[in-house]
Amino acid sequence: MSTPLVEVKEIHKIFEVGGHFLQREKPKVRAINDVSLQIKEGEAFCLVGESGCGKSTLARTVMGLLHPSAGEIQYRGARIDNLKHKDRLPYHRKMQMIFQNPYASLNPRRTIQKTLEEPLRFHFPEMSDKDVKEKVEEVMTSVGNDPSWGKRYPHEFSGGQRQRISIARALMVDPDFVVADEPISALDVSIQAQVLNVMMDAQEKRNLTYLFITHDLSVVEHFGTTVGVMYLGTLCELADTKTLFSKPRHPYTQVLLSAIPRLTCEEMDHTKLTGEVPSAMNLPSGCVFHNRCPYANERCKREIPLLRKLEDGAAVACHALEEGRI
Amino acid sequence: MSKFKTFLQSDFFHHFKSDRVAMISFSVIFLFFMAALFAPVLSPFNPHDPSQIDIMDSEIPPVWSSTDHAEPDERFLLGTDAQGRDMLSAILYGLRISITIGLFAVVVQMGLGIAIGLISGYMGGRVDAFFMRLADIQLSLSTMMIAIIVLAIFQASFGAELYEEMAIFMLVMVIGIAEWPQYARTIRASVLAEKNKEYVDAARVIGLSSPTIMVRHILPNTLSPLLVISTVQVANAIISEAALSFLGLGMPVTTPSLGSLISAGFEFIFSGSWWITTIPSLVLITLILTINLLGDWLRDVLNPKLYKG
Repeated sequence: MSTPLVEVKEIHKIFEVGGHFLQREKPKVRAINDVSLQIKEGEAFCLVGESGCGKSTLARTVMGLLHPSAGEIQYRGARIDNLKHKDRLPYHRKMQMIFQNPYASLNPRRTIQKTLEEPLRFHFPEMSDKDVKEKVEEVMTSVGNDPSWGKRYPHEFSGGQRQRISIARALMVDPDFVVADEPISALDVSIQAQVLNVMMDAQEKRNLTYLFITHDLSVVEHFGTTVGVMYLGTLCELADTKTLFSKPRHPYTQVLLSAIPRLTCEEMDHTKLTGEVPSAMNLPSGCVFHNRCPYANERCKREIPLLRKLEDGAAVACHALEEGRI
Repeated sequence: MSKFKTFLQSDFFHHFKSDRVAMISFSVIFLFFMAALFAPVLSPFNPHDPSQIDIMDSEIPPVWSSTDHAEPDERFLLGTDAQGRDMLSAILYGLRISITIGLFAVVVQMGLGIAIGLISGYMGGRVDAFFMRLADIQLSLSTMMIAIIVLAIFQASFGAELYEEMAIFMLVMVIGIAEWPQYARTIRASVLAEKNKEYVDAARVIGLSSPTIMVRHILPNTLSPLLVISTVQVANAIISEAALSFLGLGMPVTTPSLGSLISAGFEFIFSGSWWITTIPSLVLITLILTINLLGDWLRDVLNPKLYKG
């Protein structure tokens, strides 16, 4: 097997919060606990999970916006999380990000042209003005924007238009890998489809690999090739889209999939969970899901389950499945 | 030209046109600035040139009034002071010096404040704690106290002669350095709000360095509160300079600012020569008042929460 494009190895991310400066043990939020995953070239890797489960933190850690507390991030086999700013520059060119909120992700004081030119001028200072202009035009057209928008400011555009500008900015430097952090959750449904199509077109034409973060499972089914399900900072199931949707293994994934709203009434048998998601400041012992899991037993309370590969390629972290109780 | 046209059609200009206080304040300030700028052309005498001063002309009242022992003289529109210096010229030149000190002191404040505020807000953590505690300490000592101590020590150790030459520079530096926390705190607050927005993350993802992000992305988004405090700070700096001059620590009497004029005339106020101190005081008060009124108006207009239709 060839080396994956991006590999996340045993990442932990702990935030210290609050506490005053004399307090020795500051309260800690364990946002990501021992997550490992591989993203192969050409994939659209989807990361799903409910709010606060660490999806965005993981994405930001991969992009270098946050430093992992432990673990490694590799790009084509080379470790990148410990590089100095200057050594990391070539990877900034290869990895780009699309943000969640199109109203905050464009600098309000800059024209669209300036925003789009900046990455080019920074990474390719030798490019002539004419080439830069042509490139901006080409990318703008490819995401379905009118290149003449350049002179205008972000507040003159709608959410969908801004998100397409945001996508254009990410594509300016011809990246190989794009992280999209809930790029469509701030848009209304008709625009969501449009933006998704723009992203899929770009993937086809530019040979992109995506790490796509979302909580919308129907989008995953439509868009993703591989899916990772996260719960409370841990990865509980990893499978290709078809396998996951047809045969969800982990109890949490099963519950999550049963919660997808459907038009037909026969299937209205949501599995309901009791209780709430525990606080990441005070993680449950053993499996993080044990106090809400219908299959939990003593072992689940004691021992943290590891992600185990099954014969059809899916990987699941669950004692019950391993022991054959489900 | 098109930029000027868009400015004329902007909301900002519309608000300005419809607010009489702002219009009047702006016109008065503009007049004062022009008067200060063209003082050498406008004033009939050069008050800094001792050869143009005749002691025989001393204490002549303004043209519209007369006292028991002196008659008004047509040459001196606003009268003369105790040395026979023409008050109109002295005020114009004094205005020039006061405004110069005010503006440059604000430039110093702004430079220091922006740099420290940006770094402290963007870096956070210990750097932030250090600079903000420094600002707290600075704010707990009043500007006047610092200025008086520094200027008095300087005068005592280097002599009054050197001090007279360096007075403008020293005043600018002292007032500038003593008031940087105002700017630093304002900038820091805006930076804290801006730095978590996604466009800053986007700039980091591009790979831009921290100084570039601070100056090119965050700073332009923090400028509108700066404009507001700048107007207030110019007024404050002019007042500080006047107060210091009044105490004898500011501009020397040979090259007087408004403050030194008021101070020099103060001893004559009960001897009947009221104009020597009153007229420069009125000029100072009008200048400060109009700047503050314009500053208030700017704050209202630039604050979207106080939007008035």
